[in-house]
Amino acid sequence: MSTVLPSATVTEPEDRLTKKALTADHPTWCPGCGDFAVLNIFYRVLEKLQYPHEKIVCVAGIGCSSRFPYFMNTHGIHFIHGRALPLATGISLSRPDVHVFVFGGDGDGFSIGGNHLNHAARKNVKLTYVIMDNFVYGLTKKQTSPTSPIGFKSKTDPTGSVDRPINPMKQLLASGATFIARTHAAQVKHMEQVFERAILHDGFSVVECLSECVMFYAGAFDDSTPRKGGTFETVDETQHDVTDEGAAFKLAENLAPGKFGVYYQVQRPTKNDLEQKWITETQAKIGGASQKDLLRKRLEAMR
Amino acid sequence: MSPGLYAPHSLRNAVIRFAGNSQDGIQSIGGFLARLAGRTAQEVMTYMTIPSTISGGPSIFQVHIGSGEVLHAGDEADVLVAFYQHSYDSHLGALRDGGVCLYDSGEVKEVRHERGIKHIGIPFTAATVEAVGGSTRDRGKNMFVLGLVCAVFNLDKEKLIGIVSRQFGKKDESVLRNAMLAFDAGFAYEVGDLERFAFEHGEAGDGHRISTDGNQMLTAGLIAAGVRYGAAYPITPWSSIMESLRAELPKYGGIYVQAEDELAAVSMTLGAAFAGHLAVTGSAGPGLSLKMEALSYASMAELPIIVINVQRGGPSTGLPTSVEQSDLMQAIYGSHGDCPRIVLAPQDVEDCFYIALEAGRLARKYSCPVIILSDQALSSRIEAFAEPDLDVHWVEPHIDLSTRREDYRPYPLDRTTQHAPPGSRMSSGKYPVISGLEHDEWGHPSGSPKMHSQMTGKRRQKLIDAAAEFPLPKVHGHQEGDVLIVGWGSTYGPIKESADRLPAEGFKVGALHLRHLHPLPNGLETIFNRYEHIVVVEMNDYGAYGYGQMATLLRARYCNPAIKSLCKTDGLAFRIREIVTGVEKHLAGAG
Ligand SMILES: Cc1ncc(C[n+]2csc(CCOP(=O)(O)OP(=O)(O)O)c2C)c(N)n1
Ligand code: SF4
Ligand SMILES: [Mg+2]
Repeated sequence: MSTVLPSATVTEPEDRLTKKALTADHPTWCPGCGDFAVLNIFYRVLEKLQYPHEKIVCVAGIGCSSRFPYFMNTHGIHFIHGRALPLATGISLSRPDVHVFVFGGDGDGFSIGGNHLNHAARKNVKLTYVIMDNFVYGLTKKQTSPTSPIGFKSKTDPTGSVDRPINPMKQLLASGATFIARTHAAQVKHMEQVFERAILHDGFSVVECLSECVMFYAGAFDDSTPRKGGTFETVDETQHDVTDEGAAFKLAENLAPGKFGVYYQVQRPTKNDLEQKWITETQAKIGGASQKDLLRKRLEAMR
Repeated sequence: MSPGLYAPHSLRNAVIRFAGNSQDGIQSIGGFLARLAGRTAQEVMTYMTIPSTISGGPSIFQVHIGSGEVLHAGDEADVLVAFYQHSYDSHLGALRDGGVCLYDSGEVKEVRHERGIKHIGIPFTAATVEAVGGSTRDRGKNMFVLGLVCAVFNLDKEKLIGIVSRQFGKKDESVLRNAMLAFDAGFAYEVGDLERFAFEHGEAGDGHRISTDGNQMLTAGLIAAGVRYGAAYPITPWSSIMESLRAELPKYGGIYVQAEDELAAVSMTLGAAFAGHLAVTGSAGPGLSLKMEALSYASMAELPIIVINVQRGGPSTGLPTSVEQSDLMQAIYGSHGDCPRIVLAPQDVEDCFYIALEAGRLARKYSCPVIILSDQALSSRIEAFAEPDLDVHWVEPHIDLSTRREDYRPYPLDRTTQHAPPGSRMSSGKYPVISGLEHDEWGHPSGSPKMHSQMTGKRRQKLIDAAAEFPLPKVHGHQEGDVLIVGWGSTYGPIKESADRLPAEGFKVGALHLRHLHPLPNGLETIFNRYEHIVVVEMNDYGAYGYGQMATLLRARYCNPAIKSLCKTDGLAFRIREIVTGVEKHLAGAG
């Protein structure tokens, strides 16, 4: 075994991890912003899972939603726009003892960070990623996002956006993610169940969570909000086989407003496990030589 | 020595240039010779050119072997080995007057008898085919030539065969057999009218010596420094470091990741740093450009990482397989904002090991990015030097997951930041958030004008402290006088040798080499003040105002008008002659 990876530190049982212990700065979000509900549900899920406090890590890029780590009293890191996933990859691979949670917006995840999403997903890096999708750039005050529908009037598309939006579910399915779900910030029970399943998934789990920006795109999700006259339809897993990629693509055909729930879930070895397997096999081959002797041998071969 | 016969100036030194195509395996025989030199207590420095296309093309490998100090790969060759007519035509000019040209008489049809050069035609190809048997065609003619050179220079045949066998030993048995058939044929070949030579015994001290290139020594230095994680994206001439780390680190329990691009790579590396590890990313100029946003973050968030730039010719894709030192300003100032980071440059292959160790120590101590500026020449040239003593230099990696005290703050104003990685408990119950927004001592975002000034000062202080701890470099040669030649990076050897030659012209010359480029060590001005002229030698452009990048910095820092530049941008390492004549021009007031 590696001497570098800290073996799970033996910790005396601490107090129960409560919402109070997990709460940090008061969120700077606008009153009514959908992201509040996401934060509250995340507290609740962590309260339920009871991971050791010091082993929870929250990671984010830049955006309103990406402020998340400041509002969580856990180890956290607020990184740069779009690059939260590679940063989280570095944490996850080098510290198998911690739980890595990544938060961000639609711009952060699907635009500037789009390629990182593809690669973290295909590599099946062990972490959970929540994309708080508000169909708009919130922090920079209303520009078009890659999920804004055609016709959306923003500061960068004053006469209505013309570019075809991405289909987040299809995009994620194509990326090779092993857990893909869709939920809604106004449906807290549903959100809680989806988050919990995502976190318990052994691999790269990603959740698109529709979360309204009341400031710059109010009403964006009325069609999926029953009290605004919309319909909130969930995936019926007795009818939908979550391991069937083709079925998941079919389910993703129409997302306006589409269905909510788990679209896809399969087990595939994580990059974390594959790398560890390589380490174990390599170390078995070289026997019990100390690390210093290993390097010494390498230098001796240059004589 | 009788005129007409080959008479090298001294058999303490010889420069042999092999010129052929990259497919001919001249790199491998050059490598064998370099390794042999190291093993026989000789000094060696090699130089090669590699075509930037995969399909190959003209390529050379030059070996400078000497029994005394060898500081450069040789301005001109004593012996040229030409495989083709084009090799002959392109490289005859690099052969010194009265030198020896061995050429493949089956390929080179036209020779020019000039400058007292002795020509010896030998059918490399035909003799190899005859020795090995027709089926292999001309593969193995490099081994034939190696045998030939071994005989001509009276090299230690047994040791040489040992080195060759170890290399080929990993392959099919028949590969080694054929190689040895070709080698023996070359060794036994009757070259006729050519004197045989022998090197004097080397003077290297006790202990083992190793021969290798700069990228391999950076890799070894990183491992010794305790690096176990990181990520990168392939690019010439950086790739061989990431390839080695990828293959080696699992043995040490670590992981090196091939990322989707360079910004992802530095981000993953920062993730490992945040997680408590000493981690490394690297690239060449184009990749460093991509990493810049995250490097600015690393300064702000105060995360320790090592970043290697194996510089090549720029701008843009530039000259992927040529050398240049044009990324200095980028290394120091290339990111947005005032973002202090340390920049170091190794002076030779051996130093690559020690600079990596120092980078690791500084990154941890100051919790900031440390950039190592290597270059294409260092990455690929082979030198022989004393094997590093791991009992002295080995650093055991560790993560500090101790419970942090009640008063722990991630960004204390009165101390250098030392982060508490995930897994560390907080006695206060308050967990730190590492932040790229300006922040207060606890990491909370803060737009306070006062806080921004204070935090900028806190980050700046690292550079001030580092400058104070960096040793003042020693001047080689005259400690005061007419001219001080200043350099940094891979030009160390040629500058030192030039400084030794210039006094012959009656000048008092000193040479100063900088390994710590940013911040500069304290006290350099006292050295500069002792010379009439200061000539900064660098492989980059004079720019709009007539000064290279380091000269610009030194002029800004010391306001010393004696500081002048000697620059070049031909993508080749400095020759002694270029430095000597360039410095002389400055001395004559014509610079
Ligand atoms: C390199 C870089 N480019 C641009 C920005 C400006 N910027 C900050 S957040 C953002 C978009 C945020 O939109 P989204 O990710 O959807 O998050 P939201 O605010 O909607 O939650 C942009 C363009 C930046 N911080 N960094
Ligand atoms: S701008 Fe929109 S996304 Fe940002 S906090 Fe306000 S409501 Fe939320
Ligand atoms: Mg958004």
